[in-house]
Amino acid sequence: MYSKKVLAHFKKPHNVGKIENADGVGTVGNRACGDVMKLYIKVKDDKIVDIKFETAGCAAAIATSSIITDLAKGKTIEEALKITKDNIVEELEGLPPVKVHCSLLAIDALRAAIKDYQEKKK
Amino acid sequence: MRVYLDNAATTRAAPEVVEAMQPFFTEKYGNASSIHSFGEEAKDALENARQLIANYINAEPEQIVFTSGGTESDNLAIKGAAYALKNKGKHIITSKFEHPAVLECCQALEKEGFEVTYLNVSKDGFVNAEELKKAIRDDTILVTIMHANNEIGTIQDIDKIGKTCSEKEVVFHTDAVQSLGKIPLDVKEVNVDFVSFSAHKIHGPKGIGALFVRNKKQLQPLFHGGAQEFGLRPGTENVSGAVGFAKAVDMLSEIDVKRMTELRDYLIEKLLEIPEACLNGARENRLCNNVNVSFSHIEGESVLLGLDDKGVAVSTGSACTSKKLEPSHVLLALGIKPEEAHGSIRLSLSKYTTKEEIDYVINAAKEVVENLRKISPLGK
Repeated sequence: MYSKKVLAHFKKPHNVGKIENADGVGTVGNRACGDVMKLYIKVKDDKIVDIKFETAGCAAAIATSSIITDLAKGKTIEEALKITKDNIVEELEGLPPVKVHCSLLAIDALRAAIKDYQEKKK
Repeated sequence: MRVYLDNAATTRAAPEVVEAMQPFFTEKYGNASSIHSFGEEAKDALENARQLIANYINAEPEQIVFTSGGTESDNLAIKGAAYALKNKGKHIITSKFEHPAVLECCQALEKEGFEVTYLNVSKDGFVNAEELKKAIRDDTILVTIMHANNEIGTIQDIDKIGKTCSEKEVVFHTDAVQSLGKIPLDVKEVNVDFVSFSAHKIHGPKGIGALFVRNKKQLQPLFHGGAQEFGLRPGTENVSGAVGFAKAVDMLSEIDVKRMTELRDYLIEKLLEIPEACLNGARENRLCNNVNVSFSHIEGESVLLGLDDKGVAVSTGSACTSKKLEPSHVLLALGIKPEEAHGSIRLSLSKYTTKEEIDYVINAAKEVVENLRKISPLGK
């Protein structure tokens, strides 16, 4: 069902955990229909210097969470907002069609964390 | 270690079954309907198989119709009876947690103008016989309630349901695909009109099953063609399959049931030691090999794949593994919340399962659940 890359991220996900005093936190998903993703970001000079995730969900959900932290870490906020679900699917070397929605959830989580950061800044 | 605990999905064929089937591929390969000696020897084997299976449930051999498996048997019973009896009425009663082979048949019949009542089940996983009785109307022609549920293993009181149906003169079908060999069935004791069986759940080959038909007049065939299987199921007979099926039935044993029960009990006890784990479906009146547990705050597919990585095969009721992204209809029918249905896995033993394997699975499960909970934002 899953590519080797997805399974690798599922078995050893990158950047799992919380960030105490995070600059932005995004929580997305709906437990009743499946996955819940929580993304924490630490921002310095407009760059995402640290990013961590917590996810309750299937292998695709965990893998997309993991890969989006890889994609977003070190990027500026502007660059991070340009990350698309296709970037995620490509990095993971493909997702089954029925699982592509997990990549959308990861994008939503990152954007929610950034929005939270931007609102806190005001 | 590789441990297979998905026997409710399918089982390995017993070596003795494969051995019994062997000659019917390359030596005794005649068409059982041919009247020459090649045909006759195939026919003999077919009829011996039929007799053995009939004996096991105390039926007459002419009451056993071979099919391609449980799904076909369900289709033949439900649609076949509905079409045969439609002049008497067009109301059918079933339950919300039947196998999709039953539910989809009912839904197909609804599109053809039949009316179906889907009975609720209790949170423990039982159909209420009183509610069923109340649901029977003058135009009810068929009741179909499974003997044992494939996901949570709960066993229905088909004795009582059979009596009710008999009193009300309604035909009663039961899907016994999961229960054959695990729960005794005597068709002279229980008033049941049609019973579905499948070989690959009891260490027989895939692609063969049977339907017990008490009275052929209550059934219309779905296939048209030759005259095989009393005209109820045309098609060149699957002799090797029937022989394998019969061998599997012949190997069924109470001792295996007892051993599976003990191992199942031990597995349940140990899995429930994991914090925030709960058993789905009643503890009692449950199939000897079925365990279904929910773990809070994590998701079933990831538990399944985590266990798979450790060599353990199980299944899950999580929405993430269904193509419609909906959690198991069985768990939902019990009133279990979607988020709990999500974190559920089903483990099903076989007669080959050892204590060593169960101990391995228990440790693997503890580790997998702990790791996934570390990754989860919930419950913290």
